[in-house]
Amino acid sequence: MKLKGRTIYAGKAEGEALVSKDPLSFYGGVDLEKGIVVEKGHCLEGKSIAGKVLVFPNGKGSTVGSYAIYRLKKAGKAPAAIVNKECETIVAVGAIISEIPCVDRIDIAKIKDCVKVKVDAGKGEVEI
Amino acid sequence: MNLTSEEKEMLSGKQGKAVKKSMEILVALGEIYGAKRMVEAKSVQIAGVSYHNLGDAGLEFLEEMGQDGKVKVLTTLNPAGMDLEEWQKLGIDSGFAEKQMKVIDAFSRMGVTITCTCTPYLIGNLPRFGEHIAWSESSAVCFANSVIGAITNREGGPSSIASALTGKTPEYGMHLEKNRQAQVRVLVKAKIDSVPKFGAMGRVIGEKIGNKIPLIEGIQSASLEELKSLSAAIATYGGTAMFHMKGITPAKTAVPKKSISIGEKDIAEALGKFDCAEEIDFVGIGCPHASINEMQKIAELLKGKKVKKEVWVCTARQTKQLADKMGYSKAIEDAGAKIACDTCMAVAPIKGRFKGMITDSAKACYYAAGHNGIKTRIRTVEECVEEAMK
Repeated sequence: MKLKGRTIYAGKAEGEALVSKDPLSFYGGVDLEKGIVVEKGHCLEGKSIAGKVLVFPNGKGSTVGSYAIYRLKKAGKAPAAIVNKECETIVAVGAIISEIPCVDRIDIAKIKDCVKVKVDAGKGEVEI
Repeated sequence: MNLTSEEKEMLSGKQGKAVKKSMEILVALGEIYGAKRMVEAKSVQIAGVSYHNLGDAGLEFLEEMGQDGKVKVLTTLNPAGMDLEEWQKLGIDSGFAEKQMKVIDAFSRMGVTITCTCTPYLIGNLPRFGEHIAWSESSAVCFANSVIGAITNREGGPSSIASALTGKTPEYGMHLEKNRQAQVRVLVKAKIDSVPKFGAMGRVIGEKIGNKIPLIEGIQSASLEELKSLSAAIATYGGTAMFHMKGITPAKTAVPKKSISIGEKDIAEALGKFDCAEEIDFVGIGCPHASINEMQKIAELLKGKKVKKEVWVCTARQTKQLADKMGYSKAIEDAGAKIACDTCMAVAPIKGRFKGMITDSAKACYYAAGHNGIKTRIRTVEECVEEAMK
């Protein structure tokens, strides 16, 4: 099945989907050295986002979050790709400066946790 | 988005890697928020200067952008995490100082004017009415849109850098006239006549209407310092990029149908919410950075006296240089107070150093409590100085 959305940052990636129903804050919400979600009560708390196709509705929190995504990338703990329902400034800027393929306007309810997905962000496509 | 040939060239990488990355950021934001084109940004203010907030990742990004990026318009900086010249006197450790200087060096390489103040409009980065600019720093954004009548969205650190290196900003949000109209009429039926009261009013309005644009009515007069404090508080507690104030601010607006009232009780309650400190061991003045007028006032209050507590008067270095010349700095420092340039109590790494802060700033209360775990009390500058001597 192919889902169609909008390009935020072009690039191709493949990996296991990690799906969150909650918005995600990269600054404060994620351990930037280990790539693990640490926000208390978050549905992904304790899970590693490294190398995953990270699927969540939208970003939240401080604009420093863009730099946090960049730091994950430098530590080798960034997601392989980001798939959003509605991308906003923090995640968009973070994906661009970190060169992580990113698409939005995807019906993320159709993506199940742990399935293999292919992202072609340049075409705005997510293939399950 | 429709891009000009010049903008397409920037995006292609012909003007270097930093310009390409910058244009990618601006185009992506433009697409997300439905901009049809770019407009020329005539001035930039960059937030995200303190190493405390940036960390090594932010520093690395700045160094990368500084390799071949040069600013195309007047660009100034927000406060850093320390006084760039006299950081030892504020108790900053040398490891932090070294990293902070690397951040500043990266901005210098881009050709940024190294100012480190949240009040760029007081020291030479003063856009005109109706001019498109790209500023971050929420208090300065609100002051620029409201008091000056310049036009800016609430930019983040990276997007303001992108505008500095390209001279462009995507035309959406506050750049469109229809989005600059007041949305809620706020009828003020209280006497608002001091900096803390303007701050408290900002908190009340911000908490009541969030990021909507208010038309504030019922204020007879407002000084530069009071408007500076209001801009900071209303943006901190509500997130708005702009307010209108009848008879005071220059932009035109239709009168919105929806209206709310604010009375003495609301202001007293807000002032009460700031007051949670039992013990005061820190006096923080200058959030947003003190004007030369405030420096004169503080100097008069401290002349020939001695403070018994840690006192920081935060201001722009350029304002301090003028205060030096006028003898204000000597009066303040002879009393034992410290003048902190380039930084402030909201961005310096002071967590754990103080229990309770007295200040005249509503915004400082928010950051002291949130970032640094310090309890707060809000008073006029006269009362703050009095407390310092106890």
